[in-house]
Amino acid sequence: MTYMTDSPESLLPLQPTTFHILLSLAEEDRHGYAIILDVASRTNGEIKLSAGTLYRSIQRMLELSLITETKTRPAPEMDDERRRYYRITPFGTAVAKAEAGRLASLVKMARSCGVVPRTT
Amino acid sequence: MNFYRALLHLYPSSYRAEYGEEMSGIFVQELGNSAGLVGRCELWVATFFEVLSNATAVHWQIARRDLRYSLRSLLRSPGFTITAILLVTIGIGANAAIFTLADFVLVRPLPFPQPDRLVKLWEKHPGYSMMELSPPNYRDINAAATSFTSLAAYTDMPMNLVGQGEPLRVEGGIVTGNLFSTLGRSPLLGRYFTERDDQAGAPLTVILSYAFWQTVFGGDASVLGKSIILNDAAYTVIGVMPPDFQFPTREIQFWKTFQFREEDYKERDNNYIIGIGRLRPGVSIAQARTELEVIARRLQQQYPKENENVGVTVLGMRDELSKQSRLLLFALVGAALCLLVIACANLANLLLVRAIARQKELSIRVSLGANRRTILRQLLSESLILGVAGGLGAIAVAAAALPLLARLVPTALPMQEVPPVDVRMLLFALVLTAITFVGFGMVPAIRACRNAGISGLREGVRTGGTGSHRLRSVLVIAEVAVSLVLLVSSGLLIRAMWKVQAIDPGFRSENVLTLRTSMPMPKYERTKVREQLYNKVLTDVRQLPGVTDAAYASAMPMVWRGGIWPVIIGGRSQNRAEGNTASLRFVTPGFFATLGIPLKAGRDVSENDTADTQHVAVVSESLARKYWPDESPIGRHFEFGFHDREVIGVVGDVRVRGLERTSEPQVYLSYKQVQDGWLIGYNPKDLAIHASRSPEYLLPEVRRIIAAADPQLPISDVRMLEEIVAGETQSRAVQTRVLMTFTALAVLLAGLGIYGLLSFTVSLRQPEFGIRMALGARQGDIFKMVLTSGAALAVAGLVPGLALAYAAGRWLESLLAGLKPADGLTFIVATLLCFTATLAGTLVPALRAIRTDPTSVMRAE
Repeated sequence: MTYMTDSPESLLPLQPTTFHILLSLAEEDRHGYAIILDVASRTNGEIKLSAGTLYRSIQRMLELSLITETKTRPAPEMDDERRRYYRITPFGTAVAKAEAGRLASLVKMARSCGVVPRTT
Repeated sequence: MNFYRALLHLYPSSYRAEYGEEMSGIFVQELGNSAGLVGRCELWVATFFEVLSNATAVHWQIARRDLRYSLRSLLRSPGFTITAILLVTIGIGANAAIFTLADFVLVRPLPFPQPDRLVKLWEKHPGYSMMELSPPNYRDINAAATSFTSLAAYTDMPMNLVGQGEPLRVEGGIVTGNLFSTLGRSPLLGRYFTERDDQAGAPLTVILSYAFWQTVFGGDASVLGKSIILNDAAYTVIGVMPPDFQFPTREIQFWKTFQFREEDYKERDNNYIIGIGRLRPGVSIAQARTELEVIARRLQQQYPKENENVGVTVLGMRDELSKQSRLLLFALVGAALCLLVIACANLANLLLVRAIARQKELSIRVSLGANRRTILRQLLSESLILGVAGGLGAIAVAAAALPLLARLVPTALPMQEVPPVDVRMLLFALVLTAITFVGFGMVPAIRACRNAGISGLREGVRTGGTGSHRLRSVLVIAEVAVSLVLLVSSGLLIRAMWKVQAIDPGFRSENVLTLRTSMPMPKYERTKVREQLYNKVLTDVRQLPGVTDAAYASAMPMVWRGGIWPVIIGGRSQNRAEGNTASLRFVTPGFFATLGIPLKAGRDVSENDTADTQHVAVVSESLARKYWPDESPIGRHFEFGFHDREVIGVVGDVRVRGLERTSEPQVYLSYKQVQDGWLIGYNPKDLAIHASRSPEYLLPEVRRIIAAADPQLPISDVRMLEEIVAGETQSRAVQTRVLMTFTALAVLLAGLGIYGLLSFTVSLRQPEFGIRMALGARQGDIFKMVLTSGAALAVAGLVPGLALAYAAGRWLESLLAGLKPADGLTFIVATLLCFTATLAGTLVPALRAIRTDPTSVMRAE
């Protein structure tokens, strides 16, 4: 099992689902369904997480201390008591940054080989 | 929605408790968002498969975590882990090996299509329940019987192979043309015989066994069409059989056809072929037997003289396996099961003790909020790891042991020598391991979980519970009882083996070298030609340094058990049922001296007993006693082997049929007094040489002498006479050794079991001992106390053990060679051994108990 004391790089490469959930939670704390909706809209509907996949990832991310369950809840009229809200940890942020860096250098490498069109 | 909730039950309960509600909420929202019936259906299908795959993944994730945790926990206590794995390896390994052997010999189908439809046909004569058929009877049965789709016959006959390096004596099968089609096996190369190959005068053809093809022809596929010389005749190789085809026994190296001529069908009392038939679909063995009985009765009427009282019987292929062989196999299965019981009892004790020792740790975990179910799962994962490791070890042990058990596969069955390791054995080992661990791993784990908690913390390691202690004691008692059963059983079998080994064979086996020089026909058909060979070989051999005597005989005792002829006295034909028979052997002068068979009266056969003089016989004491009880047999006459014979000498009886069987009296005839071409099978071909010291050193010289006499003569069956006698008890010896190994392991495990139990009890009772010592108890008192509790356990096990051992002895009675199942000496020695082993296990804990330091115990309290 990996703990927060491990370096972020030790978890790379991240599974795409994990990375998307981290990105979603990097913006704000979210509950499960909100994460599904956010990932879907962020990827123009290309990635549609199922509840099973989402919670399996969440369970693993909680164990790895990438995210944590937060007790902070929205106003009662906006809340559903069955929902649980998740927040990215500083370690989770570091891991997401490391993954983004890894992907960026990959893209850079691809671009230098001419397999990615240059964007202006 | 209820369906979705039901689906969620595929997830582990802890996971469901954690995320189930939220997942249901999300599903409700997705259901609301889905448009129309089609959309809903799509969602349901996708959700179903998604739950299925994710639930599996979650289970696997948890299992992996549990296994990792358990592995770490097991590695922390290597002593426990290694002991538990060894127990499983020994217990299940022994059982898997013996199961495979028993399954191979008794159950597994023989390597022929529909083997249950294959039957053997034998004649029944008064006093003989199974006798070979005569060719004319076989032909008549074949023509009349309707129970078979085909009926074939075979016999075995060793032949001399020349032209392929040194002359070789090879075992061959002589078969009817339809034998292979009856058995339903195809050759690996070439073709099998047809009826045409079996017709008299047809070109001589031969089919090779796989082993023969490999060893003599190096597996050369171009062997087909080549010629080989067998007994001076050229045979064309037409086929090679596959490696698993061994018929009728695994010694057979080749097959040729009978090619019966009309004259072969004349002698109805010349029995030497065995019938094998394939039953028609729907015909049972009993029905076939009834039909053959009718045919046999008809033949009796047709040939009242030759077929008087001759019946025919049908037996399944496996029915020929002797009761003794079956019983010995069952005894081994029983012994292996006993070993398994002991190993399981020890394992259960080990797991119980570990569970008790960990009660405190588990209680703390439960008090801190750990889920009991998680703990149970982790304990069971430990069992799983131990089971898998032990199971793999057991399979390795069984695979290694099988070649050692090969001698226990009866040679009478057409099967391979070494039972193969196969799926059945792997499944057996798997099921046994699963049962062992579910039975003996689950119970302690459940008990440990039930006791974990505040109450566990309070009582904790102190007692382990009265019930638990009782259970552990019962397990140890069972181990002692079962060990005693094994000790007594192997003791009885060892004593029986010694008894058999002590039987006087009637001849001296030390320092006698024997070998066979089979004489090819028709070259040696004439008696004079054979005489020249005997004279040359024997004269030269007798001159070798250290040789005291040498002689030729038809066969060595115990090598060939047949050759039984009726004894006719005063012209009255004696029938076989009355036991008026004797074994016939032709010998050269000096045979009795060479084998140390005592000459009780008269003289040995001599060079002067020729075809032109009165035919003479040397008879064994029992024959003389039977026919001339109160008078000297010397000079008496009787008819035997086609001639009137005069008794010239009386010698001691020899156990021709083997140590454990009753033999017919023996008649020895002069090698010169046989007509040319008669009794070919009886011509002396076995050479025996007695030397003043171990005669192995003579072999190269003897080979040279025989090669000088006739370079075409193969030398085979080179053995010391001692080996032949030892061969009589070889299968007993192997079985006894296997049983002894099991017994030694069982006693060791029982001793360890007592040691383990008492060590644990002593460590639990250390405070009590401390207090007792503080109150004035002496070390001797404490020592006696622990020793007494060990002795009490031993006695508690020995009492039922004795009863069970007696029952086992009764069951084994037919293997005991006349030894009583309640043999006092065996029982006393076994009981003492068992008691000593258990007391030895008590000694170390007792010594540890007396080393208790009262001060430190009181301080700890």
